[in-house]
Formats: sequence, structure tokens, C-alpha cells
Amino acid sequence: MNPPTAPLLALRGLQGWYGESHVLHGIDLDVRRGEVVTLLGRNGAGKTTTLRAIIGILAKRSGSITYDGVETIGMPSRSIARLGLGYVPEERGIFASLTVQENLMLPPKVKPGGMSVAEIHALFPNLKERAGSQGTKLSGGEQQMLAIGRILRTGAKLILLDEPTEGLAPVIVQQIGRTILKLKADGYTIVLVEQNFRFAQTLADRHYVVEQGRVVDMIPNADLDANIDKLHTYLGV
Amino acid sequence: MTTIFGVPTQALFGQLLLGLINGSFYAILSLGLAIIFGLLNIINFAHGALYMMGAFVAWMLLTYLGLGYWWALGLAPLVVGVFGILLERLLIARLYKLDHLYGLLLTFGLALIIQGLFRNQYGVSGLPYAIPAELSGGQRLPFMFLPNYRAWVVVASLTVCLATWLVIEKTKLGAYLRAATENPTLVQAFGVNVPLFLTLTYGFGVALAGFAGVLAAPIYSVNPNMGADIIIVVFAVVVIGGMGSILGSVITGFGLGLVEGLTKVFYPEASATVIFVIMVLVLLVKPAGLFGRTA
Repeated sequence: MNPPTAPLLALRGLQGWYGESHVLHGIDLDVRRGEVVTLLGRNGAGKTTTLRAIIGILAKRSGSITYDGVETIGMPSRSIARLGLGYVPEERGIFASLTVQENLMLPPKVKPGGMSVAEIHALFPNLKERAGSQGTKLSGGEQQMLAIGRILRTGAKLILLDEPTEGLAPVIVQQIGRTILKLKADGYTIVLVEQNFRFAQTLADRHYVVEQGRVVDMIPNADLDANIDKLHTYLGV
Repeated sequence: MTTIFGVPTQALFGQLLLGLINGSFYAILSLGLAIIFGLLNIINFAHGALYMMGAFVAWMLLTYLGLGYWWALGLAPLVVGVFGILLERLLIARLYKLDHLYGLLLTFGLALIIQGLFRNQYGVSGLPYAIPAELSGGQRLPFMFLPNYRAWVVVASLTVCLATWLVIEKTKLGAYLRAATENPTLVQAFGVNVPLFLTLTYGFGVALAGFAGVLAAPIYSVNPNMGADIIIVVFAVVVIGGMGSILGSVITGFGLGLVEGLTKVFYPEASATVIFVIMVLVLLVKPAGLFGRTA
């Protein structure tokens, strides 16, 4: 067991490729237990690729990724998930050939202490009402709730959330924001990829800025407003 | 004599029954192919050879070990399934990252090798396999004579197809299979051992072929070419039904068996080609097949 001060997740010199295309050029970042950390950056900066590398579905990667002291760079994604990582992909990954309930029950339990189905239904009542529907018949917001909910059942303690608010109505975005805060209060560690830093600001402890496959800056949430001009330049907004 | 559309009912029902029997084999075989294609993206050309192997294992169990039909019905699919698992682990698993064509070529080669080995050992004249005593004889129905064994083949095929469909559609195991068919990467990222699933699915798919082989042994003679004869038609069935569609393959299998039987009654000259004509028509109108999802 690592001392509590050590990061739960540490990336050192992470390189990643899609086929021949070199996408990550040495990502360094730390996530401490119980933190919410965001990856900010423009489209194509390598944020999603970083998450895919952490969960192990980016086939070609090198450098070092340790979770709770375990080196995972050479492990298949199924073994990485079994360490207690949960992945919510950008495209949500709801299965069309499964019902909502089947989607919810699909990911196997990887660690003890996951939420019960009743707790998840209390968090996202829509999932209970529509349990028998085909997964992809849900609205975008409901699909996002399902994608998050099914990970909460597994007992994963580190959750990788890729743009959970993309394309959703403001009221749904607020609901997802509240959910993330509740998870944080419950002790979950969260890595959040987000385009909308105003939304990220309400949730996160620290922000990493990713540019062209590298981490170019780290801004503590408290300093975000002071760095707003710099951030605008980074994000090109 | 009673006739329908100028055809004696005796002949009509006789051919319909034959069509239903053929359809039973089409259905089990195309079901296995559909499951394998859906999850592994492998067009399993060795399917016919493994069906033939199922029939031979039944014959060997009887000849060398004195184990009869009912033993064979359980053991032969097991033997073929384990053989399939070895094939998948040793050879097929190496091709998943390549184009479909490589899997097709590999399994086609395997089919030729397996057939060649059996032909070398047992010749091509065919070996007899008796109908089990419990299923010999038949029922004299008002409109035709129904051999018990043929009725059994239809019932057994329907039961196996239905059971497979239920497992895939209604169980947790089936949910994993469906999910992994859609998005294996994500299912693996949830901590599921997808490669193991692929291996077991291939084993199960070819075990279905082995089961069909045992059912076929007492009807067709057990011979090394029996798989090659049927598999081309089965592939046409799969294309018509839609690659990868579970229910589609079963319905199309039985349906085309009946169509074939009807053609034998009304226009016998076309009976050998009717399925391929339908395949061409379906491909023109619905390229993904009758039950296929458009990718």
C-alpha cells in the first residue's frame, strides 16, 4: 500500500500512437486520491487519447502509468480495469443490442463497495423508468447517466470521464455536475476531460492543460480566474 | 388422388418435409456461422468440414468404442468444440487484426486439410450409420408417411436453435456476447476477458456444426465430402439472412429449406439453384441481407 501522499495515478513521459500517427509526446501528470482533475485543451490536443492510454485501449503506448503503485503500461485493458478503474467514453458506448438494465448490469464488479442498483436508480431515476428500453433509445442525457451509472456499480474508485456534458441541455449538464460533486464527496477520484472550463471550474481541484500531446500547464482551481487570459490563449476561445 | 395446384398432396408434403429437414441443417449451421461471424469477424469456411467431423466422430464412437447415437449426440459436439478451440487458439486468433479475407483463406485451407485427412483414411464411398432403434419406423399421417427420425431432426434442430437464441437474448452471458459483438474494445475495458469469449464462442459455434453432423449421420451417409456439399448452400443462407443475425439465420435456414422443397415439386429443374437466385435478388434489394443490420 502506498503512503496517502503518493499520487493514486501517475503518468510519466507517456507516449501514444494511433497506428503510425504519434499523438502523445510525453504526458506527465499526477492525480491524488479523492481529487477531481480535468484535462483541458483544444480538439485534437490528446486529452481523449490520454484517457484511452490510461485504461489501456490505446494499443501503442510507452512511458509509465502507475495506478496505486502498480505499473500498467504493459497490461491489457481488462487487467487495468480490474485494478479499480472505470471508463466512461466520449461516445458513451451504450450497447444498442442490450436493454438499459442489461447495459447497467454489464460491467463486472472489479472491487467491493460499488453502488447498488437501487442507489444508482436513486441517482438517475430515468434509468429505472426506462429499464426495459433498448439502450440507444434513451436521450443523449439519459445515455450519459447510464454510461456513468454502470461504472458506479463496479466498485471502481478512479473514474475516467470523457466529455460527459458534450451536446447536452443545460439542465442535464447541471445534473451531471451535481453527480460528479456527490461522487467526489463519496471519495471517488475523477479524471475529467472537458471543453467547457466554466463547467470544470465548478467541480475540479486542478486543471492540466494539454497541447499537442504534452502537458503544458497545471492550474489549481483557485488560480483559474487569475489565469483566465492565459487559458483563453491555450484553448483558443 | 387429392391434388393441390395439380400436384399430388403426397408428393407436395413429401418434398416439404425434405425441405424442412434440409432447412434444419441449414438453420443450425448458419446459426453457428452467424455467431462466429458476429463476434469474431471470421467467415468460418471450416464449418462444413467440422460438420462432417461431427458425423465421423459419431461413427467412430460407435465403431471403435461401441457408444451409440445418444452418446454421440453429446460427445461429438464436445470433441468438435474442443478441436475448434484448439484451432482458434493456435491459428485463427492470430488473424483478428487482419482483413476478413485472411480468416476466410485460413479456414478454407483448414477445411481442405480436414477433408483430405478423412478422405485419405476412410475413402469417399461413405460409411453407414444406422438410425437409433428408438427413432426407427414412422407415423402414417392422413396425407403422408412421416419417418420418426426425420421428425426428430426437425424437433432437435428447432430446440437447439431456440435454446441458443434464448441464451444469447435473455442471459447475462448472452449480454456479454451481444455487447462484445458491438464493441469488444469497450467490453474489454470494463474488465471482461474478451479473448476468452472469442475462443469459447468459436468452440460453441463449431460444436453446433458437430451436433448437426451427428443428426445428419443416419440420413446422409457419413462421408468426407458431406460438409463441402452443404456448406456452399449454407453460406448462401447466411448471406440471404444477413451476416451475423442470429434469428435471421434460423428463420432463413428453415425458410429456404422449404422454398427448395417447393421448387422440387413445381419446377424441379431449378431446385439446385433456387437458393442462389434468391441470394442474388436479396443482395440486389437488401445488400445487408433480410435481417442484417446495415453497417
